[in-house]
Amino acid sequence: MAVAAIAPGFADPVFDAQKAFRTVMDAMAHPGRVHELQTALAPPAPLSPVAAAVLLTLADFETTLWLGETLTKTPAVADWLRFHTGTVLTEDPGEATFAAIADPMRLPPLGAFAQGTLDYPDRSTTLILQVETLDPSAGPTLEGPGIDGTARLLPAPLAETFWLEARRNADLFPRGVDFLLAAPGKIAALPRSTRIVEGD
Amino acid sequence: MYVAVKGGEKAIANAHRLLADKRRGARSVPAMTVEQIVEQLALAVDRVMAEGSLYDKELAALAIKQARGDLIEAIFLVRAFRTTLPRFGHSEPLDTGEMHIRRRISATFKDLPGGQLLGPTFDYTHRLIDFALAAEGETPEPVRSAPRGGAAPRVTDLLNAEGLLEVDEDGDGNVGDLTREPIDFPAGRDVRLQALARGDEGFLLALGYSTQRGYARTHPFAGEIRMGEVEVELFVEELGFAVTLGRLTVTECQMITQFTGSAKVPPQFSRGYGLTFGHSERKSMAMALVDRALRFEEFGEELTAPAQDQEFVLSHSDNVQATGFTEHLKLPHYVDFQAELELIRRMRREIAERAEKAANDADETRAEEAAE
Amino acid sequence: MTATSETWSYNFAYLDEQTKRMIRRAILKAIAIPGYQVPFASREMPMPYGWGTGGVQVTASILGPDDVLKVIDQGSDDTTNAVAIRGFFEKTAGVATTTATEEASVIQTRHRIPETPLSETQVLVYQVPIPEPMRYLEPREAETRKMHALQEYGLMHVKLYEDIARHGHIATTYAYPVKVSGRYVMDPSPTPKFDNPKMDNSPALQLFGAGREKRIYAVPPFTQVTSLDFEDHPFAVQTFEEPCALCAAEGVFLDEVVLDDRGGRMFVCSDTNHCEERRAAGHRGRLSGDPTKTEDASQGERP
Repeated sequence: MAVAAIAPGFADPVFDAQKAFRTVMDAMAHPGRVHELQTALAPPAPLSPVAAAVLLTLADFETTLWLGETLTKTPAVADWLRFHTGTVLTEDPGEATFAAIADPMRLPPLGAFAQGTLDYPDRSTTLILQVETLDPSAGPTLEGPGIDGTARLLPAPLAETFWLEARRNADLFPRGVDFLLAAPGKIAALPRSTRIVEGD
Repeated sequence: MYVAVKGGEKAIANAHRLLADKRRGARSVPAMTVEQIVEQLALAVDRVMAEGSLYDKELAALAIKQARGDLIEAIFLVRAFRTTLPRFGHSEPLDTGEMHIRRRISATFKDLPGGQLLGPTFDYTHRLIDFALAAEGETPEPVRSAPRGGAAPRVTDLLNAEGLLEVDEDGDGNVGDLTREPIDFPAGRDVRLQALARGDEGFLLALGYSTQRGYARTHPFAGEIRMGEVEVELFVEELGFAVTLGRLTVTECQMITQFTGSAKVPPQFSRGYGLTFGHSERKSMAMALVDRALRFEEFGEELTAPAQDQEFVLSHSDNVQATGFTEHLKLPHYVDFQAELELIRRMRREIAERAEKAANDADETRAEEAAE
Repeated sequence: MTATSETWSYNFAYLDEQTKRMIRRAILKAIAIPGYQVPFASREMPMPYGWGTGGVQVTASILGPDDVLKVIDQGSDDTTNAVAIRGFFEKTAGVATTTATEEASVIQTRHRIPETPLSETQVLVYQVPIPEPMRYLEPREAETRKMHALQEYGLMHVKLYEDIARHGHIATTYAYPVKVSGRYVMDPSPTPKFDNPKMDNSPALQLFGAGREKRIYAVPPFTQVTSLDFEDHPFAVQTFEEPCALCAAEGVFLDEVVLDDRGGRMFVCSDTNHCEERRAAGHRGRLSGDPTKTEDASQGERP
């Protein structure tokens, strides 16, 4: 792999990562709320700049990453992520700290990912799901920690079964996976603590 | 009028300035150099390196100087510095069998291949204050003799050949690191040994001692203590082989202890292991005793003593943690104290009120009785 | 010799980026599982364990150049440890600092929650000595972990009930256990129980760092935080008989200041910033005026 062929990472690794982290933290602390996340990153397609920013911020040699089918088809994606983060790629979603999925229609069953244990519910996968839009005025009603009353969120596109699976995921609490939904220039989170109360 | 206490910032700065002054001491006395500490307080330097988990004599010596000789404070300084160092990888296991030996003794054999080598030791010295040292006279050169030659296999390897000693299994190559991952109880032997190697000498000494006095007695023998230099090698992926990074002085203790055997395993000796940076026999011996005690489950022994209890030992062996939390009691706690004060006053008042009410009731009863 | 002889330059906010990433990952898990103590590889910090290493690591991992930091200890910006930690971040991160609660974007605290209500744009970082609420009842981590997993909190209730049986009421006054979002029992850090109600449904994100014990936990904004109690012995906070002697504030937590050796004492706001702002706004307590008048307590003005 030629180093010259690798697109650059964060221009300022310290402050770019800090900014991205605070946005992700805010998103996680306010499930359903859509946050702006601007980044100058130009990762190899189909990895989106926002998903790339999240991974550069959180992944490193102490984490494992599972890439969805669409992302594994372009080896440049794995090369870019490995080069910039040193993260360990895994083919077993059950072992992954992070999972990046470019095509949400082809999301594997959530049970395939690490769910954590009752003793250590934190040992679970965080899914970074690339979507095209995040609409806070549509979609199911959300309740739970981080939400003042109720919120709504409609990410699109999503597989038909997504909300059913997401509801089951929330039922597993404190086990379960957490979602970071990455749209162009935007991010929202759906942690396991969020209850999906009605509609889809 | 009451003025709330202010000026914490200035008071702190002044306190630190005074500390620097006390550290320097009388200006008429020459300041101590780092080199002097490295050369002449070498065992203090070794302890700071061992418990500081960082092999750097000059740095440890500087920390001792900065800490005014307070070794736990010096260890703390080294640990905090260590945090900021980048990690490049991990070395190959040290081969203490290939040690360039400076001291090597076995209490279990009168003589053995490679011989007993006393080296620099306090053992057998009469602990008489040497006033000649105060006079700063010249010290005679040591007697040097040609190396005895030949290999000095580890005593445990000799016993192993006969099958009398439990075999140390090769691990899976995954060695835990408690500085990178929090301990997950029960901890494996790798993490336990790491914790003991970083652990406080005094704490481990007391625990090891307690096993000798019947609290989890394991009938130990000092199979071998060896001290000397070993090479540190790093396997370089790009080269495909290990390269030598440098040499460390380490002290290794293999404690041989009894194991009466079980239904599956015939009686044999078991072992406790101790290894420290630098020259530190007390620490490595104590570590070996505690390591063995912590292995009680492997040998079907009962949990009866503190030295066997890994949560107890591992959670309290780190002197930087222990000192910090003990000394944090110096921090202001007046908010919590106020909360307790309020409670104690209230409870005392309630008790007094109850007592008073009881007394009044009794008086009324008496008065009523008297009126009848 | 090592780099110590040269000028050693530390990363922004002291911690290296790898450490920050590790802590940031732990923070996200903590937010996703409110009240659960996430183990993290706490680093050796240049301040002692027990003096805020957990809080400092959390703050260092979230802090950015645009943040405004406030540090309090016992409610005060001016206590030695608060001064030292504020100085640490001024030096290593160069961030702006403040004593005004409403100006701060990140507030690191030991033992108090500010009296001024927090907002959605603020993060409160607690320094935690013993994160396990049941540690004094069951010293073993392996055991308490099981209790959390199975939601077996009977031990905690037994302890509180024993208090009632002995003293007629619950005798826990600080580090009073809470239940977060109906699931995990959590130690709120040694804040007086007076502050517990402020944690409930707070618009600010609350992060807890325990360095020595290597745990991070969180209460997201707008999250239910209930103090444990019994129907016949409901949770109640401390009350003070007199208002702050300097600013006449009522319904705030007060420190007792001993004035002489004849039992003379006064009560003043523990939250020094709150007290200063009230005095700046013209509020006067009984001892804040002219020193000649202090003997007559009745002259104290009440708001």
